[in-house]
Amino acid sequence: MTELSHLPATPRTGLRRWYRGRPALPAKRVQFDQPLLPWLFLMPQLAVIFVFFYWPSAQAISSSFYLEDPFGFGATFVGLENYGAALGSGEYRKIAGFTALFTLLVTVFSLGLGLLFAVKADKIIRGRATYRTALISVYAIAPPVAGLMGMMLFDQHIGPFVTLAGWFGWNMQVGIDYWDTAFALVLVSVWKQVPYNFIFFLSGLQGIPASVREAALIDCRNGLTRFRTAILLLLAPTAFFLLIINITYALFDTFAVIDVMVKDKPANNPITLVYKVYSDGFRGNDIGGSAAQSVILMVVVLILTLVQFRWLERRVHYG
Amino acid sequence: MASIQITNLSKTYPGASGPSVADINLSIRDGEFIVLVGPSGCGKSTLLRMVAGLEDITGGEIHIGDRLVNRVDPADRDIAMVFQNYALYPHMTVRENMAYGLKNRKTPAAEIEARVAEAARMLELRPYLDRKPRALSGGQRQRVAMGRAVVRQPAAFLFDEPLSNLDAKLRVSMRGEIRRLQKRLGTTSLYVTHDQLEAMTLADRLVVLNGGRIEQIGAPLDIYHRPASTFVASFIGAPAMNLLDAEIAGGTLRLGTVEIARIATAAQGPVSLGIRAEDLSIATQGLPFRLDFIEELGAQRLVHGHVEGQPLTLSLSPDIAISDQMHLAIRPGALHLFDTNTGKRLSLPESERQQIHAPA
Ligand SMILES: Nc1ncnc2c1ncn2[C@@H]1O[C@H](COP(=O)(O)OP(=O)(O)OP(=O)(O)O)[C@@H](O)[C@H]1O
Ligand SMILES: [Mg+2]
Repeated sequence: MTELSHLPATPRTGLRRWYRGRPALPAKRVQFDQPLLPWLFLMPQLAVIFVFFYWPSAQAISSSFYLEDPFGFGATFVGLENYGAALGSGEYRKIAGFTALFTLLVTVFSLGLGLLFAVKADKIIRGRATYRTALISVYAIAPPVAGLMGMMLFDQHIGPFVTLAGWFGWNMQVGIDYWDTAFALVLVSVWKQVPYNFIFFLSGLQGIPASVREAALIDCRNGLTRFRTAILLLLAPTAFFLLIINITYALFDTFAVIDVMVKDKPANNPITLVYKVYSDGFRGNDIGGSAAQSVILMVVVLILTLVQFRWLERRVHYG
Repeated sequence: MASIQITNLSKTYPGASGPSVADINLSIRDGEFIVLVGPSGCGKSTLLRMVAGLEDITGGEIHIGDRLVNRVDPADRDIAMVFQNYALYPHMTVRENMAYGLKNRKTPAAEIEARVAEAARMLELRPYLDRKPRALSGGQRQRVAMGRAVVRQPAAFLFDEPLSNLDAKLRVSMRGEIRRLQKRLGTTSLYVTHDQLEAMTLADRLVVLNGGRIEQIGAPLDIYHRPASTFVASFIGAPAMNLLDAEIAGGTLRLGTVEIARIATAAQGPVSLGIRAEDLSIATQGLPFRLDFIEELGAQRLVHGHVEGQPLTLSLSPDIAISDQMHLAIRPGALHLFDTNTGKRLSLPESERQQIHAPA
C-alpha cells in the first residue's frame, strides 16, 4: 500500500519559493498505485480551504466591483468606484490610522508583557504551577466575554477603572470620549492576548539549556545586557511567530471585543477597519463598499506577511 | 592566575535531607591541576559550581587569590568554566562565542581579536571561526568551549566532565590536549570527572570524594600505592584492588587457613586485606588459587579465580603458562590492610611485617 508518512509535513508552495529567492527543497517522491488516491486524501482539507477562504474571497472581490441594490434587486457594475469611495473618504482614512495605532499598541504591549511575565515566572520555583495557571487561565475566556468584562470594568457608574482614574483626576468616559474608549479597547485587547504570548515565551525560555544560561552568567555581568544578547536572541524564533500572530489578532480577532464595547454607544467611537467592513456591510447594507474594504484589508495583510517573512525571518536564528 | 582556598565548605540543597557537600577543606596552589573524582552523585559538580558561583554556599568560605568570593557574582570571580555539553551560544559564530565574554568586559577590540586568533591557532579552530556551533562536530565544539575559556585568561579554569560526551579515542587525545594547554598557560585548574583513568593521567593532585566528603587527597601515584580506605582502593586503579576478608591472630595475618605474613602488632581480629592485581604472581607454593576464567587484554591478561572461597583477580603477562590449580605469591611490601568496620587504612610500619610466601 501507499505510505503517507513520506509526504512532507508542510508542502512548499510556489509562492514560498518565490519570495525566498532560492529553490525549495526537493520533496520526497512517493509512488501511488492509484493516481487519484492522494487527491482523495487531500479532499477534506481542500474543501475546507475552498469553502471558507477562496470562495468568500472570490465573492468579495467580485462584489467589490458592483453597486448592489440594498433590497436585493440586482447589481450595477461600477468598476473601481467602491475602492475610490473608500480610499477617498476622510472617515476611512481616520479609521485606518486608528487601526494602525491600535495594532501597534496591542502588539507591542501584549508581546512585551507576555515576555516580562514569562521571564518572571521562569524564575519562580515555589508555587510555580499556581502562578502559571493564574496567568494562563485568562486565555480560556471567549473574546465577547472579555469585551463584556471590559465593559463592566470601564462602566461609567460601577467600573473600578473609572473610579481609579478619578483618583488621579482623570474623568474617564469610555463609550463617549474617543481616546478614553481607545484606551479601554487597547487595555482589554492586550489583557486578552498576554496569556497566549506568555505560554509561548515561557516554553521558549525553558527550551534554553540551563548550561547556556550559566555560561552567559559567567560571561556577562549585567543582567539586562545578558538577557538581550544571550537569552532574547535565542527566543527570536518564538518572538517572530508571535509577532505575526499578534498582528493578526489585533487586526481581526479583536472584533468581538470592539463589538461588545462600542455597539450600543454613540457614533464617535474608535473602531478598526474590520469592524468598519462589518458595520458598512451588515448595518449600512453597502455590500459593494464593504467588499472593496475587505479586499484592501486582505492586500495589506498579504503585504505585511510577505515583508515579515522576507525581512525578519532571515534575521531569526532557528536553532 | 591564583590559588584557591576552600574552607569548611558545605552545601545542603533546599528540601534535601542531608548535605550534598560536607565540610570540604582544600588548598589549591597557583598553577596546580586538581582533579575531583568520585562516583556519580558524590557532589563533584556541586563543589565545582560553588567555586564558579552558580550555586549558593550553605556554609564555609571560598577564596580565589586573596579575595573571599562567597558573595561575588560568577562574572566577577575571574574564572572560566567548560561544561559537559559545551554550552555554546547557538546563535553566535565560533568567533563570537569566544569573544562574547571579553566584549562584555570592555576589552579593546584589537585585544579581543588577537586573543581569539591566538586561541584559534592553539586549538586548530581557524577554519571554523565563522561557523555556528551546530555546524561543528562534537570534538570541535569541545575545542570551542575550551577556546572560550582560554581567551578569557582567567585566574582559574573549571571543568565539569568536559570529555564525557566524546568517543573513547577522541577523549584520549583531548585529554592530552587539555593537559598540554594547562601546562603551557600555567592556569590553576579544577577538573571534575568520574573516570578514574582521566583523573590519574591529568592530575597534579587527586581529590577523591565519597558522599560529599573528601576521602583522600594526594598525588595520583601516592593514592594508587597508599589508598586511605577500601573506598579509594576499589575506586582508583583498573582492575580494582582485590579486597579479601582476613584475620590477625597472635601476630600472624591469615587468609582462611593460609598464613600470609607475620605482623608485630598487638591487634587482633578481622581485617580487610587489599592486594593489587599486578602484585600477585605464580609460585610453587603459597596461596592456593582456583581458576575461573581469563580476560585477554592483549598486552596482559586478567586471570579471575578464587582463593579460600573469595574472588581474586591477577594480571599476568600473556606468555606465562596457566593451570587450573596454582599457587600465588604476593610481592613484598604490597599488602594493604584496612579496618573491616570503618574501611580506613591500618598503618603498620613496613619493618614490622614479614611476608611468609614471598616469591623466591
Ligand atoms: N538542584 C539540586 N537540588 C537538590 N539536590 C541536588 C541538586 N543538584 C544535585 N543534587 C544532589 O546533590 C548530590 C550531588 O550531586 P552532584 O551533581 O554534585 O553529583 P556529581 O558528583 O556531579 O555526580 P555526576 O558524576 O553524576 O555528575 C546528589 O545526591 C544530587 O541528588
Ligand atoms: Mg556532575
